Amino acid sequence: MNLAYRDVRHNLGRFIITCIGLSLLLGVVLAMIGIYRGMIADALELVDTMDAQIWVVEKGTRGPFAEASRIPLDTREAIARIHGVTRTGAVTFQSIQTQTGSAKLRLYVIGYEPGELGGPRRIISGHGLTGRNFEAVVDRRTRLDPGDHIQLGRNNFTIVGTTDNAVSSGGEPAIYLSLDDAQRLQFDLSPSAIRKERARGITTSASTNTVSAVIAQISPNASDKHIVSMIQRWKHLSAMTRHQQGLILTQSVIEKARKQIGMFTGILILVSAVIIALIIHTMTMDKIKEIATLKLIGAPDRVIINLIVQQSLAMGLIGFALGGVLISNIKDIFPKRLILQPLDGLSLAGIVVIICLLASLYGVFTALRVDPAKALAG
Amino acid sequence: MQQQTPLISIQNLSKHFGEGETRVDALREVSLDIFPEQVIGLLGPSGSGKSTLLNIIGCILEPSSGILQLEGETVYDGRWLRSDLRRLRLEKIGFIFQAHNLMPFLTALENIAVVLHLAGYNTAAANKRAQELLDYLEVGNRANSYPSSLSGGEAQRIAIARALANKPKIVLADEPTAALDSERAGIVMDLLRKVAIDQQAAIVVVTHDEKIYDRLDHIFQLRDGKLHDQS
Repeated sequence: MNLAYRDVRHNLGRFIITCIGLSLLLGVVLAMIGIYRGMIADALELVDTMDAQIWVVEKGTRGPFAEASRIPLDTREAIARIHGVTRTGAVTFQSIQTQTGSAKLRLYVIGYEPGELGGPRRIISGHGLTGRNFEAVVDRRTRLDPGDHIQLGRNNFTIVGTTDNAVSSGGEPAIYLSLDDAQRLQFDLSPSAIRKERARGITTSASTNTVSAVIAQISPNASDKHIVSMIQRWKHLSAMTRHQQGLILTQSVIEKARKQIGMFTGILILVSAVIIALIIHTMTMDKIKEIATLKLIGAPDRVIINLIVQQSLAMGLIGFALGGVLISNIKDIFPKRLILQPLDGLSLAGIVVIICLLASLYGVFTALRVDPAKALAG
Repeated sequence: MQQQTPLISIQNLSKHFGEGETRVDALREVSLDIFPEQVIGLLGPSGSGKSTLLNIIGCILEPSSGILQLEGETVYDGRWLRSDLRRLRLEKIGFIFQAHNLMPFLTALENIAVVLHLAGYNTAAANKRAQELLDYLEVGNRANSYPSSLSGGEAQRIAIARALANKPKIVLADEPTAALDSERAGIVMDLLRKVAIDQQAAIVVVTHDEKIYDRLDHIFQLRDGKLHDQS
């Protein structure tokens, strides 16, 4: 006879409420893990979307995401001539804040040469940049549609298409502009600033013919490391492989945020363990008389251990499942991307099982110390 | 009847708690034989040693000295001679409590069947025997009721049924009528008498309830740890 099941059946309301409470707690743990994964995915997303094996940036920098980088645009031609390089692109990056209606919108501006490497991986509505000025393609998370207009700097841009999976390491949705438009947005001075410069006798502003990075794809039989070492020999450039760029993003750009989330997740797991232990202990204390009676009438320890451990596991796993369902259904309303991976879910389920078993130990220890004479105590 | 082997035999049983100045002698050289079909009462004021004696007979509490035999088997002779005292309780002893102590999360039938499951019965056999016991105690119609929905008398009958589930020869009842009125107390004592006769069992009742004294075969009074026959 399964006593755990019968106890749960009899106190179903209380059990469900406890499971719901636990599901919220475990849901938060799952959400934290999801945010952690989302943060890493966001950080790597642009690197993946750009689909370049080689990143060429300013010498001595770890740009363009971790540090600012400026290199001449004609670097792209030099890189394109390297044996093994099949495709190149020159790109600029900058963050910008604008307004859509009454809402503020932070955007990650990517400038690229239409037709070259560096543009959106796929267009999900509208079309890509045609090469005309003041056109833009945006990530769908901007909630802008083709035909919408957006003010960037002193110019008004028309949204011609939307894409997906294009966000900065900080989670800002990307907006793709032509390289010319992006450079103007980045470097052009306002008319009043130009007048001031002229008054100071400076007739030309800083060169706008620079880009943040040059990216390159290589042929399948070429070695990215070999090409990187070749570029490194040029005094004014640094180069890195896609893997190295990914490492810079995950181990440098979002390192602190990653650790913060990781620590917070660890603390939440610890809090869950303490709460589960307290719930199990309370449930055990509620049944002290019944446990004493069971011992008195001859129930072996395993019957009492099963009663406590089975309830603990049922509570933990049902709480986990409810938490998982909850978070899966609301993950899209989180401001930051939340990625739930099956392996993370399984790992947390494993941790929940271990926590429940450990938490049960306290209850089991209490139950096994109960004197059967307590049943006769009236 | 007295020529039979006693179901409970206690010889020179003593129990003390603490040592030196704090030593309390709960039982002093108590001897007692209880035979099949006997229903005996243990009386005494609080702290007289009634519960201590009941706990020792129930193999819950270890005596300090003496001999305890149950169904002819010596279970204590200066030390416990059985390591599986819970199994021994399951096989030989039925307990009836003052507050019935039914599992609140089990139905009346399940409360009885749980003992049978512990004894190794399969579900069908356990349920059949449990229903038979409920019918025997005239509460068969409450098989699927939870203890919270039973009257005091019904709950106590089901507790008796649970105590009898494994056909024990020894039934220990701790104030079984304390929570019942005279009429229901009488019914419970009649049931215990019936069980003693039908199952050839020995029944020990710890009680303060004067209204059931006339239904006991012997009344033993415990005073200062010594047993006095008041019959």
